[in-house]
Amino acid sequence: VKKWTRRAFIGAGTVAGGGFLLGAAGFTFAPGRHSLVSADAADKGQLTTWITITPDNIVTILIPHCEMGQGTPTALAMMAAEELEADWSLVRVQEAPALDEYANGYIVRAVGGHYVPAVLGRGVDYGAYKVMEWFGFQVTGGSTAVRGTGEYGMRVAGAAAKEMLLAAAAQQWGLRASECVAKASRVTHAASGRSATFGELARSAATQSVPTSPALKNPASFTIRRTSPRRLDIPSKVDGSAQYAIDFATPGMLYAALEIAPVHGGKLVSVDTAPAEAMAGVKKVVTLDEAVAVVADSFWRARRALAVLKPAFTDAGHGDVSTASIFAAFDKALGAPPEMPTDAAKVVTAEYRVPFLAHVTMEPMVCTVKVEGDRADVWTGVQDPLNARSVAAKALGLEVANVRLTNFMLGGGFGRRLPFTFDYVDLAARVAKAMSPTPVKTIWTRENDIQHDYYRGAALSRHAGALDANGVPLAAHSNYTGGGSGEAVFMPYAIAGKNAKEKKARHPIRLGQWRSVLNSQHGFFKESFIDEMAHAAGKDPFEFRRGLLGDQPRFKAALEKAAAMANWGTSLPQGEGRGIAICESFGTIVAEVVQVAVSPEGRLTVPHVYAAVDCGDVVNMDSAAAQVEGGIIFALSAALLSEITIAQGRVVEKNFRDYPMIHIADAPTVTTAFIRSDAPLGGLGEPGVPPLAAALANAIHAATGIRVRELPIRKTPLKNV
Amino acid sequence: MAITITVNGTAHSLDVEPEMPLLWALRETLGLTGTKFGCGISACGACTVHLDGRAVRSCTLPISAADGKSVTTIEGLARNGTLHRVQEAWVAHQVPQCGYCQSGMIMAVAGLLAQIPNPTDDEIDANLTNICRCGTFARVRTAIHQAAGSEGAAS
Repeated sequence: VKKWTRRAFIGAGTVAGGGFLLGAAGFTFAPGRHSLVSADAADKGQLTTWITITPDNIVTILIPHCEMGQGTPTALAMMAAEELEADWSLVRVQEAPALDEYANGYIVRAVGGHYVPAVLGRGVDYGAYKVMEWFGFQVTGGSTAVRGTGEYGMRVAGAAAKEMLLAAAAQQWGLRASECVAKASRVTHAASGRSATFGELARSAATQSVPTSPALKNPASFTIRRTSPRRLDIPSKVDGSAQYAIDFATPGMLYAALEIAPVHGGKLVSVDTAPAEAMAGVKKVVTLDEAVAVVADSFWRARRALAVLKPAFTDAGHGDVSTASIFAAFDKALGAPPEMPTDAAKVVTAEYRVPFLAHVTMEPMVCTVKVEGDRADVWTGVQDPLNARSVAAKALGLEVANVRLTNFMLGGGFGRRLPFTFDYVDLAARVAKAMSPTPVKTIWTRENDIQHDYYRGAALSRHAGALDANGVPLAAHSNYTGGGSGEAVFMPYAIAGKNAKEKKARHPIRLGQWRSVLNSQHGFFKESFIDEMAHAAGKDPFEFRRGLLGDQPRFKAALEKAAAMANWGTSLPQGEGRGIAICESFGTIVAEVVQVAVSPEGRLTVPHVYAAVDCGDVVNMDSAAAQVEGGIIFALSAALLSEITIAQGRVVEKNFRDYPMIHIADAPTVTTAFIRSDAPLGGLGEPGVPPLAAALANAIHAATGIRVRELPIRKTPLKNV
Repeated sequence: MAITITVNGTAHSLDVEPEMPLLWALRETLGLTGTKFGCGISACGACTVHLDGRAVRSCTLPISAADGKSVTTIEGLARNGTLHRVQEAWVAHQVPQCGYCQSGMIMAVAGLLAQIPNPTDDEIDANLTNICRCGTFARVRTAIHQAAGSEGAAS
């Protein structure tokens, strides 16, 4: 069922002190339509936002998404404030608590029936909304916040509140609402010179009838959107006052350090707890099915005591699994390269390989839990507070309603803190249960984090392409495995025979969603291969792509923009080169040109990256650019350096020494341009990632003639012999 | 044996093991949580503080090494309610994303500017090895130059 019917709810009332409260909630959806109808009383609303206006003329907007560095709360508040005609300096933002009422059904609405965010994983279609409802999602992920919650929730709520304020003013002044104008948190009537602040009108506004289809502003008259107001979270992030889960403290709290079965699925066989229990500050050694935890009065003491334990774990039967064995299985599953037309003048084949990757958020996994009788409190940082609360409840055997979760700012998310990967909440809950009623903060070490992630999948892809005698592509096929199937294989190019087939190969390494999900692998595969086809055709890689985008005007415009920004086609010194790639993900098209220099000794530097981005329209220009910049650096670090390897069933890498990240010395300047199109709003948290690795590899080829077909790039010697 | 340290201008006598890293004494004993735990091996810089004015990574520094010394954390960088010029530049260029690494990044940069008031790009590259997973490096560089420039203008 792809067609949503639309029913939503909006309610208003007064708050203490004479303020105005407006709540907007949504059920099911008609993509692209913005309005609300009164709910019948039987419907239980899921609140998307509320807007309060207090007599001091402050507008407070509640946001059902978390702040993990993308500026989402600021952007969402801008969308509501724009329609409300609020003075931005008088707007405040508050994150929604983890209550069922805030399950963000709007995340599904953003997808409009043609695309479901992969973060929702399994079997989501008709039921996308139903699944949300059952599992109680409150997700920040899939680059959906602005295009879902913002477009269909915030805007409508802001517009409705404005109409009620206008109605209140008109009533007071004996005028028609249409004669009054709202601007900068004030309603005015030009002819009579009357004027009142939103705060002064709040009490009366609350008694006005709620509009069911408030008119939205024409984008041409936006005054808050398309500007760059400062993000609301930044002041607290320069003076140390921002509160992350790791910073939470409550009286009597103890600390836990964990050692988890090194092979996922392994069980604790035995551990002599006595040596740790004899150490200073240690309160208890807690043994769990798959882990041992030392609980102490400081984290450092807990960790020091954990280090003396010698727990034995099973290997879950996976002790013979290695990176080599996994890729051997991939190789077998893929078989021969796809067959090409026999009349082709030229056939191109290539094989690409990418490794497992860890998320490595700067804040490791942290969760504090206090269990008291049949109730529990959870303090953590997650991309989905409601689902995390369910995980804690299940681990504790408690009713979900009896578990209260407080979410904190996230020290990075990148997909690690999404539903189905809340092992750190589960473990922390079980440790705290053993210490009930004492609250326990379980802090993962960096080693825990890197060795017990839900990894970006390693993948192998085998490609074949055919060209006619004029270099026109006839076919481009691929067989791939490890990356999972999905829309990420889409190629926009006009090639008669395009095909991408997934071949299944099983392995026991647990996988999760890593920034941009499957696009991170397929962006590298498909945009490397089209580059190889361009070279085989004897054509410039930019011109070759452009020639195949005649019926894809948005792709073509982005590609041309990125090329122009990078002065594509102008000559570069020996050893330097440019590479280009373009991908669509999460409704946004991004073309990137990477410029590289490779020294005669094979040392690679990346001075510049240019990105042309079509996400429809942009809410906060500066934080949108920051997301693209961040996505590019995130992808660059992975493409150059990152690889999780498996030996004897377990992850080998432990910390930043063997899973290194780029530093400022390695970071390019990033120039980002946005193309305004009439397309629906696209996401921004992730789409900067997918084109980068291919554009980089293509640039290395342009500079050196060496074709990189395996990530990370450090594995390919770049010294030209 | 009690350890005596001055943190952000206030003297403390701490009864902790001498080998406890300064990071955990700051965070758990003194409740100064602006300084972050990122790796525990001095690789990422999230735990950077100033020890007698020099930037150090506190996650591997035993507190005994700070005995009798003065420590400045991110909470103490602003003076009398006025942000340090590095903090001001961070706001002006909207540097932080998730923000978790930025306490350490700001302390490292403030330490760098104390040593090299107007660093070149090469000097920044050679001296700043803090890790930021959100990828704020380009803005960090711009903000450093602004902070250095504002110092130059003031002197």
